[in-house]
Amino acid sequence: MSANGLPQIALYLGVLLALAKPLGWYMAQVYEGKLPVFVRWVVPAENLFYRLCGVDSRQEMRWTRYALAMLWFALLGVLAVYAMQRLQGMLPLNPQGLAAVSPDSAFNTAISFMTNTNWQGYSGESTMSYLVQMAALAVQNFFSAAAGMAVLVALVRGFARHTTETIGNFWVDMTRSIIYILLPLSVVLALVLVSQGVVQNLSAYQTAPTVETITYDNPKMDAEGNALKDASGNPVTEKATTKEQVIAKGPVASQEAIKQLGTNGGGFFNANSAHPFENPTPFSNFLAMLAIFLIPAALCYTFGSMVGDTRQGWAILLAMTILFVGFLAVAEYAEQQGNPAFTALGVDQDASATQPGGNMEGKETRFGIVNSALFATITTAASCGAVNGMHDSFTPLGGLVPLAQIQLGEVIFGGVGSGLYGMLVYAVIAVFLAGLMIGRTPEYLGKKIEAFDIKMASLVILLPPMLILGGAALAVMLAAGKAGVANPGAHGFSEILYAFSSAVGNNGSAFAGLSANTPFYNVALGLEMFFGRIWLMIPVLALAGSLAAKKRIPASIGSMATHTQMFVWLLIGTVLLVGALNFVPALALGPVIEHLNMINAH
Amino acid sequence: MFKEFRPAVTSFLLLTLLTGIVYPLLVTGISQLAMPAKANGSLIVKDGKPVGSSLIGQSFSDPKYFWSRPSATGPMPYNPTASGGSNLGPTNPALLDAVKARVQALRDADPGNVQPVPVDLVTASASGLDPHISPAAAEYQLARVARVRNLEPDALRKLVAEHTEGRQFGILGEPRVNVLELNLALDAMR
Repeated sequence: MSANGLPQIALYLGVLLALAKPLGWYMAQVYEGKLPVFVRWVVPAENLFYRLCGVDSRQEMRWTRYALAMLWFALLGVLAVYAMQRLQGMLPLNPQGLAAVSPDSAFNTAISFMTNTNWQGYSGESTMSYLVQMAALAVQNFFSAAAGMAVLVALVRGFARHTTETIGNFWVDMTRSIIYILLPLSVVLALVLVSQGVVQNLSAYQTAPTVETITYDNPKMDAEGNALKDASGNPVTEKATTKEQVIAKGPVASQEAIKQLGTNGGGFFNANSAHPFENPTPFSNFLAMLAIFLIPAALCYTFGSMVGDTRQGWAILLAMTILFVGFLAVAEYAEQQGNPAFTALGVDQDASATQPGGNMEGKETRFGIVNSALFATITTAASCGAVNGMHDSFTPLGGLVPLAQIQLGEVIFGGVGSGLYGMLVYAVIAVFLAGLMIGRTPEYLGKKIEAFDIKMASLVILLPPMLILGGAALAVMLAAGKAGVANPGAHGFSEILYAFSSAVGNNGSAFAGLSANTPFYNVALGLEMFFGRIWLMIPVLALAGSLAAKKRIPASIGSMATHTQMFVWLLIGTVLLVGALNFVPALALGPVIEHLNMINAH
Repeated sequence: MFKEFRPAVTSFLLLTLLTGIVYPLLVTGISQLAMPAKANGSLIVKDGKPVGSSLIGQSFSDPKYFWSRPSATGPMPYNPTASGGSNLGPTNPALLDAVKARVQALRDADPGNVQPVPVDLVTASASGLDPHISPAAAEYQLARVARVRNLEPDALRKLVAEHTEGRQFGILGEPRVNVLELNLALDAMR
């Protein structure tokens, strides 16, 4: 790693952890309805909003009703995003005259954005009109993030309250997440991003002359617009020249801001945060990375504050940070080592004052190795899935890090809300395991953990591996699944495994060589994203309801303290153990074999 | 079952209006008023006409220009309507063949140069639009460009330095050279 790698990483973690407390405190105030003075001017508008919606903001919900409200809201999201894509040709703000999106792709994208996954089978700049980007996709960036935050807050209330039937009001939690947290942060971030060069306009794409005349191979099309292929299946091309470049534009900054803050990750352009118009400078990159972890880190403090013991929140945040630093070290090291095959070809991969060196295939010069590996580790620790480098071209071990982090359930910071509720479920499992070892009834935060709670927690832990491994196994058995693979050998299997991990984990990043915009992948991954989100939220809410109904038992000499170093390591061990048991065989068939092939070839 | 339907529909519509229309238009309005050049794509304007964007690279293959990084966009390189990387895996023979061919093309354009090639100059960027090369990649090409253009290498080195950006705030990111701006400046020299 280049000499200034460590200072950059230290600066990043320092700023992040410094912001966790003030933002976490603020969010706790918002969710407890004790709005700080500087936002109280919004309250009349909030109350008017509830009146228009027919919501009684003081009326609390049982977990079933809370879940029902969440489901209605999600269903409307899927329908709206699907409809707007299918009708985009007839809707305004479409300066490039883009046509309707195909039904299977529109289905996949609608699920993808509702579930906070933002898996993208399509290529933004050539598929989606400005209206669809703004009013369908970016809207779901807000809504899906807010839904995740609402479910988390409901679970936290389950711990904080006792002997009550209710866990809050979904409409209030969701609305407050948007108007007091996500929207103000987005406005500020979007404007700072524009100052760095992120575009924000509604004009048509800009045509500009190029300095040189470009000669290229243009694929030949038949009368129906399909690419012609020769006898061996290679595309038939003809020489063509151009002296122009068509520069895609659009309302990017506003979408970019919520894409990171909401850990959504869906790029305005195909290249996502590698595109110079989405992420033009190292500072815009720093802000993007900060925005991804900001709310997940701060929510740990919010949790501690709401359960009345901030040490509980810090313990969780510490466990997340330790796991993160461990994975980051592997990614940075592997990428900086570069590709041994290149050295034999006369390529210089050593880091120096004038070049980043390392594995630069699929990375941008301005980010180099340090910020590409850092971004990849952040975006997959969280459920963001934005990328500033192409994970498919990472070294085998560098690519294993994003894949493994997704498979651990994205609980290392994780998605907004979803990361922490996932981690709290792991905490429940951890105290359960500890309880088994010493033969006592497990308890967490003064709540006895009983059979129903463990059943719900087990669903959250067991469903994702079933969906990921089952889906990947199905895809490698079907011709339609294997047809999408771009790279030969073990790497091709990694592409498929990554796609299903990303879909179920609601991450959205990809080993993007996989041609996933096909009916098979659009439908299969669409369903996986849906179950990977909704089927986890419902047991989490059930757990919240069960916990809220319990009595609080005072801590005794036999209670295990859950803010101590020992608990932090127990939690880390539980996350890694469950992950390892589920996924090591699959990882061995993909990245591990490829790594051994790579180093043995030289 | 349907008790939550009305709140769902109304809040969906109202919040869509707020986050999907008001918010992006507000940001667009402020950006267009306060930072129009940046909000419209950091275009480079010559004689009143745009000749590219300082954030979007272009493809160069003439020895008299500094070459950009390889681009995997289709059908032509540096196509901003189809951004993306090669997505070739590290052990894919196609990747090794491509790198070998790129090294060869650089050597053919500059036969006396036997230094190892900086890695960014023979690997495709993530966006396919990377406007930058590393200072090492510029230095590797400097003798060639100076020879073809009959320039003193030191004078050219000064021009390259003028188009080199350091780490942002002295710490963030990597030092880099803007290829399009450098080549436009080269053409403007005479």
